[in-house]
Amino acid sequence: MNTEPTDAGRREFIGRAAAATALVVAPGVVLHAVAEATPRSEPVSGKVRWGMLIDTSKCADGCRACVDACDQENGLTLQSKPEGADAKSWDGQRAVWIRQVKVRDNLTGRVTGLPVMCQHCEFPPCVDVCPTGASFKRADGIVMVDRHICIGCRYCMMACPYKARSFIHEDVAAKPTRAPRGKGCVESCNFCVHRLDNGGTTTACQDACAKAGHGAIVFGDLKDPASPVSKALASQQSGQIRPELKLNTGVRYHGL
Amino acid sequence: MKKIQYREWGLDSARYWGLLAFLAAIAGIGGLAALYMEHNGHWVTGMSNQVVWGTPHVFAVFLIVAASGALNVASVGSVFGKKLYKPLAPLSGLLAVALLLGGLLVLVLDLGRPDRLIVAMTYYNFKSIFAWNIFLYTGFMAIVLVYLFTMMERKMNDYSKPVGVFAFVWRLLLTTGTGSIFGFLAAREAYNSALLAPMFIVLSFAFGLAIYLLVLMYAFRADQRPLGDVVVLRLKHLLGVFVAAMLYFTLVYHITNLYITENHDFVAFVLRDGGIYTAAFWLGHVFVGSLVPLFIIYHPVLGHSRSWIAGACAMVILGGLANIYLIIIGGQAFPMSLFPGKTLIESGFQDGVNGLPAAYAPSLPEFLLGLGGVAVALLVTAVGIRMLRFLPDSLADDVADPHGGKAAAAH
Repeated sequence: MNTEPTDAGRREFIGRAAAATALVVAPGVVLHAVAEATPRSEPVSGKVRWGMLIDTSKCADGCRACVDACDQENGLTLQSKPEGADAKSWDGQRAVWIRQVKVRDNLTGRVTGLPVMCQHCEFPPCVDVCPTGASFKRADGIVMVDRHICIGCRYCMMACPYKARSFIHEDVAAKPTRAPRGKGCVESCNFCVHRLDNGGTTTACQDACAKAGHGAIVFGDLKDPASPVSKALASQQSGQIRPELKLNTGVRYHGL
Repeated sequence: MKKIQYREWGLDSARYWGLLAFLAAIAGIGGLAALYMEHNGHWVTGMSNQVVWGTPHVFAVFLIVAASGALNVASVGSVFGKKLYKPLAPLSGLLAVALLLGGLLVLVLDLGRPDRLIVAMTYYNFKSIFAWNIFLYTGFMAIVLVYLFTMMERKMNDYSKPVGVFAFVWRLLLTTGTGSIFGFLAAREAYNSALLAPMFIVLSFAFGLAIYLLVLMYAFRADQRPLGDVVVLRLKHLLGVFVAAMLYFTLVYHITNLYITENHDFVAFVLRDGGIYTAAFWLGHVFVGSLVPLFIIYHPVLGHSRSWIAGACAMVILGGLANIYLIIIGGQAFPMSLFPGKTLIESGFQDGVNGLPAAYAPSLPEFLLGLGGVAVALLVTAVGIRMLRFLPDSLADDVADPHGGKAAAAH
């Protein structure tokens, strides 16, 4: 009879383990099903359009959580000023995928802070002008650069209305496997495509913003009316940067 | 009328090889500069994520635009049937090919990945004006080479008119394409205008003819061939018309922008507040590149002096470079209006905080690469006129225009 306590302990352990497993696996399974991300063996599906809503009223002054997370996620923290480079010049040459900007209304003086990155346009000018087709839009709405056929002409940077792209001005000594990059090519935010293609449903900036307690970034499938981003967009005012260009951006802002 | 004879450039050997060595050295230095930028990456240049096209593009676009303009002299002869221009045509075709070659070399060597040129030749996005231009440029070279063949091979002379017409139409398309590289950019205030395409055509007329006249006068003088006033004054007057047309387009461009409120900031930037870019406009484009040459060209005394005419041509070229610098670099330095009605007060990506323009200072290697392209163009021209019969033996007034003595005297 002295086994009972042991059994109870074992039962409890198994129970906890099962709960923990369920806790870890279930959201992935459920969210995966919700977002309908295409398995890696199949072409990306056009049933999904990835998009984002940024609530500028929640974007905290002085916070860099999204910028730092993006840099970390995509290997931009591995950039270092080349030996002999002028610090000021280098500051304009290093790659930036997402940046914080602050704007003041000329009439009212109201100041708004917001992150700006590739807006993942439905009709991206960078894709129109690219001579080789290296700048392309995936079926799921992600605009990105095929680094194998980018010749580094930088015409996409001339054409982007959001100044969202960076040219790699220096040798790349180290890079993460998930986000390869190399000298002489152009790059920009790709909604953490490596996460989405592997079943993930969030971006690094969004996670960091939530972790910092602001929750200003909501990301998801714009074509799914039940997705958090669609619900948020349906329930509050939102707009695009430079809407007059009619590019139908995948990134929307509230309170701009 | 005397029959026009063509002869190879008879410069004495020492001078000719000296000239070639000089040009080859500049071209070589340009090549080394490209290698240096390529090896290190673009951080060694003045270019950045704000100003992505730098001095090499200024030279490349200038040379490409001038290339199509250099063909004009031939077109006037073939397409519009002006006899006076016919002996001038072969050099015109050669210069067009040479300038285009120089410009394209600079453009390609400034790519982030010039080693992927084969990719640019095998992957096409036909919505891109850049992709069209690849065909327009290579096609232009091929057509002009055929055009030269029809002019220089007597048996083919009958075809030179139709081929010349085709080349003329093609060159208009080419410059339209080059202007549209900028004209199609809706995002930036400086561009985004259909006016840029015809404006580039007019710029090409002026730049190409200025280079043509300089090369013609130098080649004839160095070889002691007679070059009469009829030809020089006719070309000079044509240059005056082109320079005036250039000013007209500049005027329309700015008047239009002045009328449209959202573009006021940009006009103020170019005409008043832009520092180096304002200087490039007033001092470079308007004064040195247009008004002074016009004054010289139409001056009763200076306008007949070969040195002054050569000076006017050089000024059109320098002012033209300043104008292209303003268009390309100034157009990028002027901050894009991301948030109309708002002022950017902080940015993590140098977005033109408080409306300040982006910083750019040309670096030496960029300049040397550009100069290398010019050297390649002149090198090809020098070798061309030396090896083949591009230049007429004489362009003395009685040869060039035997029945037009009165017209010439009237100038």
